[in-house]
Amino acid sequence: MSDATRAVEAIWRIESARIVGALARYTGDFGLAEDAAQEALAEALVSWPRDGQPANPVGWLMTTAKRRAIDTIRRAGVQREKYEAIAHDQDEAYADDLDIERIDDDVLALMFISCHPVLSKEARVALTLRVVGGLSSEEIARAFLVPVPTIQARITRAKKTIAAAKVPFEAPSPEERRQRLPGVLNVLYLIFTEGSTATSGEDLIRTDLAREARRLTRVLIGALPDEPEAYGLLALMELTASRFPARTDRNGDAILLENQDRTRWDRGAIRRGLAALEQATPRGLGPYGLQAAIAGTHAVAESVATTDWERIIVLYEALGRIAPNPIVDLNRAVAVAMAHGPMPALELVDRIADPITGAGRLDHTHLLPTVRGELLRRLGRTVEAREELERAAEMCTNERERAVLQQKVADLP
Amino acid sequence: MPKYMLIWRTIDEDKQNAAMAEIPFEEMLEKMGRLNDELIKSGVLLAMEGLDPEEHTVVTYAEAEEAPVVTDGPYGETKELFGGFYLISVASKEEAVEWAKRLSYFPGAAVEIRRVPTIDEFPQDNPWIQKELDWRTKTGQL
Repeated sequence: MSDATRAVEAIWRIESARIVGALARYTGDFGLAEDAAQEALAEALVSWPRDGQPANPVGWLMTTAKRRAIDTIRRAGVQREKYEAIAHDQDEAYADDLDIERIDDDVLALMFISCHPVLSKEARVALTLRVVGGLSSEEIARAFLVPVPTIQARITRAKKTIAAAKVPFEAPSPEERRQRLPGVLNVLYLIFTEGSTATSGEDLIRTDLAREARRLTRVLIGALPDEPEAYGLLALMELTASRFPARTDRNGDAILLENQDRTRWDRGAIRRGLAALEQATPRGLGPYGLQAAIAGTHAVAESVATTDWERIIVLYEALGRIAPNPIVDLNRAVAVAMAHGPMPALELVDRIADPITGAGRLDHTHLLPTVRGELLRRLGRTVEAREELERAAEMCTNERERAVLQQKVADLP
Repeated sequence: MPKYMLIWRTIDEDKQNAAMAEIPFEEMLEKMGRLNDELIKSGVLLAMEGLDPEEHTVVTYAEAEEAPVVTDGPYGETKELFGGFYLISVASKEEAVEWAKRLSYFPGAAVEIRRVPTIDEFPQDNPWIQKELDWRTKTGQL
């Protein structure tokens, strides 16, 4: 890729949300706006490297995208007034398109439409990265290790779904915001978790995706500064990401929390995380805020031994009540093991593993046998531990994590 | 996760002063404020500081065997006045360059773009690096 091409992409990353947002507001048609913006980007990728960058690149993109939108509307023979509404300020200065209040509303509308409940989870993630994050289909496909046409198809289908469901392009009302914000936060969290624990492939952490998720969460907070749970999510991301430098060794193998060199934790990220956590607490913590509080408890501890495990148990209990989830129960069991030893923890884990009390909800992941195997190992029940850890290694889809589990099996007496 | 420092410099004092003299202070604050707001809302800004142009002393090391020379500013011997910095987290150098283009809004100004290496890039077994790691751990780092 040439430098000129990379420069175009950099500008696009910074500006795409504002450009697509403003266009969608003009046309009232999100799909059309996204198509037109992509056409403008494609033109820039051809002509800027060839003819040099225009003096006002953002204005150029905006004007070109507007023209493409008008062409499309003309071709489709849409009613006249709509076309006039766009055309009347065809050559206005770019600054007029982008006054600050409007930008916030546009970006917010864009986020809420990209994360709309009519879309599948995969489509929400792809669309958000593309229109709000300004990533290309190629970049998204690379990040999720899927073929490019798959991502393109997801985005195309998403735009058709939004059009078919007649989802309006507008900043959400306060009522709608309350209802749908958790869905938006969930999409950002999914992007982050894919970056922080890659579900497949060789790398354990894909920092580019985790970084983008944090950036997008800051973008959301910039447009919506009074939502505690958004700060809770940002805090969770910052505090989780603070451990990235210590999470893998030189070979890229996973290092568990207990063995991590805490001097390698990113203190800047911890500080930002704790500051965001402060903002997340005016009405009591929500599910992201509670997870952030747990991560924060680890972050301020000097070692595993001096960690406030009792507080972590309490936070997991609270989290289990507001967002019941077997993974949360499993983590609580790990905290119990740290505070009170492996025996009471094993009782909790067996309850999760039990087909009746646990309802088999963790049968599909390697996490349950991983934790159970480790507890059995600590209790000296080597034969059972081996069986569990082998099963965990078999089920684990991340190659790096699997290697750690296999090592655990090999280390058994 | 690349971090870049955008370093604000004055390379032509007279030109920049002339340009700055032409706009009211309030307007300049708004200009800077809007840009800062843009950096914040784009989710890339980690830190920023500006420097007082009035209080300015320079210590110059000219020769190996000679004592360093202290010169009172504001403009001393410096050819390029360092005026402040932004620390940003972006996906690529090109993105840092793009932000830098938006910073230098007075003729006579320049913005230098430098990558901030992480502590990981230094030998981890060096005692001085370990001291620094320890300090970063206890005090928090950017």
